[in-house]
Amino acid sequence: MRMDDLYAEIILDHSRAPHHAGLREPFDAQTHQVNPTCGDEVTLRLAVQRGEDGGLAVQDVSFDALGCSISQASVSVMTDLVIGESLAHAQKMLAAFEAMITSKGADPGDENLLGDAVAFAGVAQYPNRVKCALLGWKAFKLAAAQAEVGAT
Amino acid sequence: MAVVAHVSPELGSHRVRADFPVLERTVRGGKPLVYLDSGATSQRPTCVLDAEQEFITDHYAAVKRGAHQLADEATEYYEGARAKVATFVGARQPEEIIFTAGATASLNLVAYAFGNATGATGDAARFAGGPGDEIVVTEMEHHANLVPWQELCRRTGATLKWFGLTDDFRLDLSDVSGMITPRTKVLALTGESNVLGTLPPVADLTAAAHRVGALVVLDACQSVPHRANDFAALDVDFAAFSGHKMLGPTGIGVLCGEYALLETLPPFLTGGSMIEVVYMDHSTYLPPPARFEAGTPPVTQAVALGAAVDYLTDLGMDHVEAHAMELTGLALQGLSALPGVSILGPATTDARGPAVAFLVDGIHPHDVGQLLDDAGVAVRVGHHCAWPLHRRYGVSASSRATFGVYSTADEVAALVDAVAGAQKFFAGR
Ligand SMILES: Cc1ncc(COP(=O)(O)O)c(C=O)c1O
Repeated sequence: MRMDDLYAEIILDHSRAPHHAGLREPFDAQTHQVNPTCGDEVTLRLAVQRGEDGGLAVQDVSFDALGCSISQASVSVMTDLVIGESLAHAQKMLAAFEAMITSKGADPGDENLLGDAVAFAGVAQYPNRVKCALLGWKAFKLAAAQAEVGAT
Repeated sequence: MAVVAHVSPELGSHRVRADFPVLERTVRGGKPLVYLDSGATSQRPTCVLDAEQEFITDHYAAVKRGAHQLADEATEYYEGARAKVATFVGARQPEEIIFTAGATASLNLVAYAFGNATGATGDAARFAGGPGDEIVVTEMEHHANLVPWQELCRRTGATLKWFGLTDDFRLDLSDVSGMITPRTKVLALTGESNVLGTLPPVADLTAAAHRVGALVVLDACQSVPHRANDFAALDVDFAAFSGHKMLGPTGIGVLCGEYALLETLPPFLTGGSMIEVVYMDHSTYLPPPARFEAGTPPVTQAVALGAAVDYLTDLGMDHVEAHAMELTGLALQGLSALPGVSILGPATTDARGPAVAFLVDGIHPHDVGQLLDDAGVAVRVGHHCAWPLHRRYGVSASSRATFGVYSTADEVAALVDAVAGAQKFFAGR
């Protein structure tokens, strides 16, 4: 794989100017994830609200992250995708993203579901970068679980 | 009789490289492998693999147990390896060498054995520590020589203290007498930082520790592979290192301890092979080193480590050191000449070993490593198991190049080119 593909323009753009960066109030859950092999960290906040259908929806995601371009871009792209979606749909995206990233290249990702996040498909070829791409998503997964518990 | 002068092969030469088959392979789509990660783990020469194979094929059996010829032969090989290692590091006698699973196991052995002396009466009491006692480490330790001491303090109530680091990447020695005091029980320090390359003044600090009756534990992981060592002359009480960083196999390490201390140190792991007599309610233990080698030892790995020691001795440790430092000098020069690249460690080869960690402005080490990897250059990225050190310098990670006997000046040049290439890649897009 070429480095131009791994570091697709959209990934570099997000890593240089991450969307929704900076921790914000109010929030319903806050989680902290660390990649112990490289010291990368993310603190993520999630604010939820009740949707018209009675389910929870993602109102806002904010974060403070320290890490490589892949981890920075990944959390940034994720916020674009999940904000405004139902929590259930966000969790579906999360599962699809995780499947793509850990597929060793077999799963190119469903663009209809994952949008810009399919740009990270190339990461699957580099096992040592998988954790970078997943750091923010893992933080979101935990925050979502917390928010669900808090809302019941 | 003709005298044949012993000529050491030129390190990094084709002759030495030919001993390491892996160096012939290519990576990432046909690029020659430039292996600059020997500080994490070194590659192994054919003679080490051959020694292992020969031992398994012809002499393998349980050591120190069977009453048969093979067992005798295997025991001879195992003890032969012990003697080779003892000579190599300047132990006073082979019995000062304890084979372990690795340096991490060696350091934990010491820390747990000290802890097992809690409440002891007699000679073992000197190893015991508790509230009011202090254990001193440094801020540049590998986690393997930090966390076991944190845990020992947690178990015993002793206090952990540490020498900080200066802005020019040295140990902060401004208050040695305030740090090493009559309360100090243990000084545990590295012989060479695996990140900065910095060499602390081990002999001076050992003398200071001994003046107050403290024990000195040296993490010699990074210094044993590329420098002649004389632990007896250095006067450290315990020293730990790993086989896999010195051209030997994984799964074996060494704890070298002064014999008189080992004789009174309580055991850590207990069971077979370390006992003298066993009753139903208590047991007595063999003298060292057997007391600290419970269970079936890593015999095959020990034999292979002996072969690695022979190989290094043949090259000549003076040559090995000179070669490593020449490459270190080239790397320091080449990397610091690149705008936007800074060395995390002393900028010259003065009082320094061959670990060259560096930072590239605006590019995370993981991304630097990725681009280097794409050019075939294998370096380590991350905190290199020295997280507090990185925190001290305000960074979460760094990239690190380390060299082996097979590394070449061309490979250093390839590293510098690849770093410049990574800068261009990220600047241009
Ligand atoms: C300075 C230092 N100490 C301790 C260790 C731990 O060695 P091992 O992982 O072989 O037990 C290493 C190697 O990673 C090291 O570089």
